[in-house]
Amino acid sequence: MDLAIFGFGKGGWGLALLEGAAMTLLVSACGLLIGAAIGGLIARARLSGRLLAGAVGQAYAALFRGLPELLVVYFVYFGTSTLLTETAHTLGHEGFVGVPAFAAGALAVGVISGAYQAEVFRAAYLAISRGELEAAVSVGMNRTLMTRRIILPQVLRFALPGLGNLWQFALKDSSLISVTGLTELMRVAQVGAGSTHRPFAFYLGGAVLYLVITIATSRVFDIAEGRATRGMRRAAS
Amino acid sequence: MDLDFITKTFLRLLAALPLTLSVWFLCVTLGALIAAAVTWMRLSGVRPLELFARAYVTVFRGTPLLIQLFVVYYGLASLPAVRASFAWPFLREAFNCAVLSLALCTAAYQAEIFRGALLAVPHGQVEAGRACGMSRLLMFRRIIFPIALRHALPAYSTEMISMVKSTALVSLVTLWDVMSVALKIRNDTLVTYLPLVLAGAIYFVVNYAIAAAFLALERRLTPHLKPRPS
Amino acid sequence: MARKFVRAIGLGGALAAGLALAPMAFAKEWKTVVIGMEGAYEPWNLTDSSGKIVGFEVDLANDLCKRAGLECKVIAQDWDGMIPGLKAGKFDVIMDGMSITDERKKEIDFSKPYAASPGSFLAPKDSPLAEAPSAGKLVNLDKDAAAGDAAIKGVQAALKGKTLGVQVSTTHANFASQYLKDIATVKEYKTTDDRDLDLKSGRIDASLDDLPTNMATASKPDASELAIVGPKLIGGVFGTGEGMGLRKEDADLTAKFDKALAAAIADGTVKKLSEQWFKVDMTPQS
Repeated sequence: MDLAIFGFGKGGWGLALLEGAAMTLLVSACGLLIGAAIGGLIARARLSGRLLAGAVGQAYAALFRGLPELLVVYFVYFGTSTLLTETAHTLGHEGFVGVPAFAAGALAVGVISGAYQAEVFRAAYLAISRGELEAAVSVGMNRTLMTRRIILPQVLRFALPGLGNLWQFALKDSSLISVTGLTELMRVAQVGAGSTHRPFAFYLGGAVLYLVITIATSRVFDIAEGRATRGMRRAAS
Repeated sequence: MDLDFITKTFLRLLAALPLTLSVWFLCVTLGALIAAAVTWMRLSGVRPLELFARAYVTVFRGTPLLIQLFVVYYGLASLPAVRASFAWPFLREAFNCAVLSLALCTAAYQAEIFRGALLAVPHGQVEAGRACGMSRLLMFRRIIFPIALRHALPAYSTEMISMVKSTALVSLVTLWDVMSVALKIRNDTLVTYLPLVLAGAIYFVVNYAIAAAFLALERRLTPHLKPRPS
Repeated sequence: MARKFVRAIGLGGALAAGLALAPMAFAKEWKTVVIGMEGAYEPWNLTDSSGKIVGFEVDLANDLCKRAGLECKVIAQDWDGMIPGLKAGKFDVIMDGMSITDERKKEIDFSKPYAASPGSFLAPKDSPLAEAPSAGKLVNLDKDAAAGDAAIKGVQAALKGKTLGVQVSTTHANFASQYLKDIATVKEYKTTDDRDLDLKSGRIDASLDDLPTNMATASKPDASELAIVGPKLIGGVFGTGEGMGLRKEDADLTAKFDKALAAAIADGTVKKLSEQWFKVDMTPQS
């Protein structure tokens, strides 16, 4: 195999592939953050005890766990531009309101991830010792302080393993955003394969890059988990 | 948009459902066989086999299914060595490539489920079986497998549903599944949302049916975990 | 709780007011025009290794825009999102080897054609298409019905039981679904690159596309066993030539480009660019 096509010189795709990998990391990270926001909202709705909010939360989670990720990507991609443009039109603005492929892609990943993150956050919240929360109330902490100093840190600590898993899923879902034209890693591999007629080299090379990203980031999560669960009694490692 | 158009679109999508389901069924079954082999290698105690199994799982769980699919469909076909080999008549068909690629991917996830389930069997029961003089095969059939099955069911159900969702990717390798028919209708008629909404409904119903079936199976196999009548 | 509600209403109202008071153009004064191309449809348009889009249509667009006194920007867009993108306003013109057909005229307007390239078949040199009636000849389905019928029947016979590859939503895909539906297996691809890969590996027995595109593919070093075979077809389901696609409400822009195009054809610029990129003059004759 001629490895020069992966090089960094003229006609070499090495730089393009690395840029694609960076884009993959960026869009997956943004997707995970959006998912955290959505997941947090749903978890709150389900834990609130209010029937309607809980039902809406559960319906959202069920919906996005039951739909193919590719379908969600297409839907968000086609839908956001049209929605935004039509909303702007009804408010009197002329012309096209574009949603960049990056935003639509991150939103799609986030919408799916949120459905799973809701469950992770809910379980993490329920794992917090009731005694701590009662003590906080009895000491006179208000809701905001309690959230900031007791709930959030512990939720994040318990949620880390689940989130690490969901980060891997976000990375893989980000490859589907290639169908919208965003130049993340999968798309660059596809363009390179088509342009040079060397699909095996490019798709295998792309897979290797994904693997490197996966292993490297899972190490990061392992280290974070190790530090976060210092001193915690664990059932199994 | 009239009812007639909606009905016609829905029927066209339904006509593609058998392809989606056959890809799913074949990839899941083939994946289970591969996963059984990988799990056996992983728990065999033979170091090279163990390393291979661990590498297999890491690679196929650590890379996106889409790129695996393209490696198998476009990548392999571009190699003269593959085209000249005995495998070419098989790999020439897009359907076979799709099933193979999806099976390899699900096998990695299923192998992890099997491994977790097998490790969850209480060692005391295995010891008791050995003390009774049971052969390895008998022990597997009567003790290990039933207990492991019950442990594996919830995760297995999730994986089955995940594979139904993954079949949508075969639309990107020239197969006419529900997803690609929906996109074609969308391209030809320029109707933005309806084909995708109807396709989504079909996928959702299929996934719901699978989830319900597995739940029923779980209930039957673990009556002792049912909530007590109050 | 009520305070939060009031704040939200206030912000929403301010946003709406701001957008409503934004300057609105009543009559569109065309200064800048955004043109959508695939960047993957050699030699009409392609992406070079630095990421820039080049090709016949890029050069032609630059020339026409200069004549019309407009500033033109080219952006990349996947083929299957071309017409929706135009209608949504993502760009103002489509230039992507798009054939002028009655079907498309229902959705968008076209400029006068700037090329008239027939559909052609690309296949291994020993394909039965090489022996089909009118092989190697140009057949106009509108003007010569008898020869057209014979050519189509010949194609159907040559491709019986075989697999043909086309790109989605093209006139070639329409031809295949209209005339080859139960005769050959038709595979549709999102991009021409994917289809060409399958043609090279032997998954499909022939591919149907524009003549310039097939010529470009056949001229590559790794396509030595492939050749343009069978009849070249124009008219009928293939349309009457390639033109710029524009929104129906932008008739003034269409008129601007028609004027520039007429001048470019008259002074031979289109012929020069056509010969440079297509190696053959594809200028429409009428």
